Amino acid sequence: MENKDHLLQYTIPQLLRWRVATSGDRVALREKEFGCWNSYTWDRYYDLVRKTGLGLREIGFKKEDKIAIISDNIPEVLYVAIGAQAVGGISSAIYQTSLPGEIGGILEYLNVSVVFCNDQEQVDKVVEVRDRIPHVKKVIYEDPRGMRDYQSDDWFMFIDELYKLGDAQHSKDPELFNALVDESKPDDVCHLCLTSGTTGLPKGAMLTHRNYINMGLQLTEVDPLLQTDEYVSFLPFAWIGEQMNSFGVAMATGIAVNFPESVETSMDDLKEIGPHFMFGAPRIYETIRSQIWLKIDESYWLNRTFYNYFMKIGEKAAAYRMSGRKMPAGLHFLAWLGKQIIFRSLVNQIGLLRLRRAYTGGAALGPELFTFYQAIGVNLKQIYGQTEIVGIAYMHRDGDVRPDTVGKPLPGTECRISEEGEILSRSASVTPGYYKLPEKTAELLEGGWLHSGDAGYIDEHGHLVVIDRISDVMHNENGEMFSPMFLENRLKFSPYIKEAVIFGDKRAYVAALVNVDPIVVGKWAEDKGISFSTYMDLSAQPEVAELIRDEVVKINKNSEKSHFKIRRFAILYKLLDMDDGELTKTGKIRRKFVREKYNDLYEALYEEKVTEKRVEALYQYQDGQTSTVDTTIRFHTMEEAL
Amino acid sequence: MTHLIVSEATLTFGGLNALTKVDVTIEPGLITSIIGPNGAGKTSLLNCVSGFYHPTSGRIRYGQRNLTHSSPHQVSNMGIARAFQNLELFRGLSVLDNLLLARHQNLNYSIFHALIFFGKASRIEAENRVYVEKVIDFMELEPYRKKMVGNLSYGVQKRVEVARALTLAPKLLLLDEPMAGMNIEEKEDIVRFILDLKKEWGITVVLVEHDLGVVMDISDQIYVLDFGEVIGSGSPKEVAANPRVIEAYIGEE
Repeated sequence: MENKDHLLQYTIPQLLRWRVATSGDRVALREKEFGCWNSYTWDRYYDLVRKTGLGLREIGFKKEDKIAIISDNIPEVLYVAIGAQAVGGISSAIYQTSLPGEIGGILEYLNVSVVFCNDQEQVDKVVEVRDRIPHVKKVIYEDPRGMRDYQSDDWFMFIDELYKLGDAQHSKDPELFNALVDESKPDDVCHLCLTSGTTGLPKGAMLTHRNYINMGLQLTEVDPLLQTDEYVSFLPFAWIGEQMNSFGVAMATGIAVNFPESVETSMDDLKEIGPHFMFGAPRIYETIRSQIWLKIDESYWLNRTFYNYFMKIGEKAAAYRMSGRKMPAGLHFLAWLGKQIIFRSLVNQIGLLRLRRAYTGGAALGPELFTFYQAIGVNLKQIYGQTEIVGIAYMHRDGDVRPDTVGKPLPGTECRISEEGEILSRSASVTPGYYKLPEKTAELLEGGWLHSGDAGYIDEHGHLVVIDRISDVMHNENGEMFSPMFLENRLKFSPYIKEAVIFGDKRAYVAALVNVDPIVVGKWAEDKGISFSTYMDLSAQPEVAELIRDEVVKINKNSEKSHFKIRRFAILYKLLDMDDGELTKTGKIRRKFVREKYNDLYEALYEEKVTEKRVEALYQYQDGQTSTVDTTIRFHTMEEAL
Repeated sequence: MTHLIVSEATLTFGGLNALTKVDVTIEPGLITSIIGPNGAGKTSLLNCVSGFYHPTSGRIRYGQRNLTHSSPHQVSNMGIARAFQNLELFRGLSVLDNLLLARHQNLNYSIFHALIFFGKASRIEAENRVYVEKVIDFMELEPYRKKMVGNLSYGVQKRVEVARALTLAPKLLLLDEPMAGMNIEEKEDIVRFILDLKKEWGITVVLVEHDLGVVMDISDQIYVLDFGEVIGSGSPKEVAANPRVIEAYIGEE
């Protein structure tokens, strides 16, 4: 394999220029607009980055100034980010779902001087906090729709205007941009990535050009990508998971990045592109599996029979494939047959036929989900890392996918377990620290190692096993340790359970609040002839409680230790939601917040005589309105667990 | 700019007057709403304008042209499009096909061109698709482009109905209760579309709607009908203060 280490001497804009020189007429980006896929070559990509960079400079954006991006996935995000980096600035991105107050806080913290928004929805939020952010010189927007009332105000600028400014500057001084790009060094900070954090305000991890490019190189050293490979960009750009692909991997390998038409169409657009690799949070893979199940369920009997038969074969074959053992010839043949008869077309229907590798990260994924995907022929692998190490530092190798581990370190990454059991890492991708937070930085990088805050160990195969956040590990009243996340994942592996929160710190037993899956359980209820109206109504059905009870019985039967058994549970009337502050932007549970919000339910879980309780359910809508509904929650005790 | 002027229009079914000497002037570039209790004659008025009925007496003029006795397709060729209260879509076709089909009047190529699908035929079809895509983008229908209309939710079908009217590239758009049966979020979307239509596409909008909150918020001008007669007109403020209108809506004290 060719050695690509020489790419490490470049910054991201310099590497982009290098790509133009080596393969300028290849497709770098594609965007679906008006129903058509439009391609942009590396030449055109660089052109637009130059326009944006010089344009930004014209409106007073200087070296080390910050630009914040609040946008859906569109190519302009990359032009703006890399354009800003090219003139020595620092980019950062904010989740599109953030509320105005949060946006104001982040813009203040990062001392942002220019904001880029894709549409009026995001611009409106920035306008709402305008008084708080006098340092913001311009708000640039991409979609002029609905912006007519802002046009008289020169605080706002249409991106085409910015391009024009950049063009004018370029024709005046054609050498300027090159000189500016040359000024930066690979170790300069280029992006501030906000860590979602399950507690408090986000922290801005400073990441350098070298951090990103190194990550892209190390990843592709293990799993090589071709220049002709395709990637679909549908993760929020504020998440490290998207940046590591569109900055790191795309620059390091020259693959094409495809942008969906809109957030709602991304799964259909994925089908049209047929990517060669994809990355996603476990939720995406859970959703795709649910869709497959529904489709199979609605299909005619022959398909169902084939599916059920070959699924069993596939699972057996997957067990061999994941551990890299040699399959018996008969099984090999049947697995091949199953692939030809059903799985090839099934996988093609969801657009993953060309996929060589799928990665999941951000949270744990159930073992049977790995088995499921491996059985239908999708090479799904776990990765592990933090924002502070550009997302990926550990990964499964092909043919060595152990569902309970997160794999081995990438080349160039060192791993150590501290005396307290914390996972420590070291590599060229580790951040120089948090922006404006020297104490947090010192804690994070104590002794030259990146402190993950996760408890874990290395197993006998050299794989890293992550247990839970060190701060989240709980002890029951007898001092026996258990990991709530581990138990929650057990619950979530049931198709009927969408989300679960485990309690039991300093208590006599483990208890759970459960969210049923609206789609799967809704379909199940329809098939059983159980009528329901809303999600709340569905959750309160006694048959649904029985269904969940059966699932809990199964889980309890398989639990390794007796204190892992779930003694009591209740089904929550609403889905845990980011907008209500119950989940982080990446979908992790805000444990403390949930515990306080549902305190009366929590108390009732630990009063065994309580079997039901009336509660006032508070709903908050996206526009801030609230309403309350009275409902009754039932509590279920598992007799065998204790 | 073209005015639509309905003067002294009377529509009689047997002995029943659906409309009695109705005078309505639709100013170009504005949103004009027509409100009134059930059976007041709102839809009858729209039917007269769009050529489904012809007034028994009186006249309807659009700019220089008289459309009192025009047929629906003639009216539509003049640049007046209508979205129906009860959806008039092909439920078994995709959203895209429905919209493309609505532009059939622009397909002026011969059967021979169609057979070889070369030159004029393919060019015109491509132009049509470009226009339809513009409408899909505007009405935010991308996720439904290839879905069958019959399988979509009611709110989305209503949006497709408005989109179907828009594919005719109208100068004047008649919307018959575009928000009936929608939830708040869907209504807010439609309101946003109507405002953008007026301000960014420069389309004149005539809105028949029961949701008075919406009507009062977005209309430039309102006509109130009761038992086939115009009982009040003017800006939202004027109409809200008109005693005859209050009486028709709330009843006498």
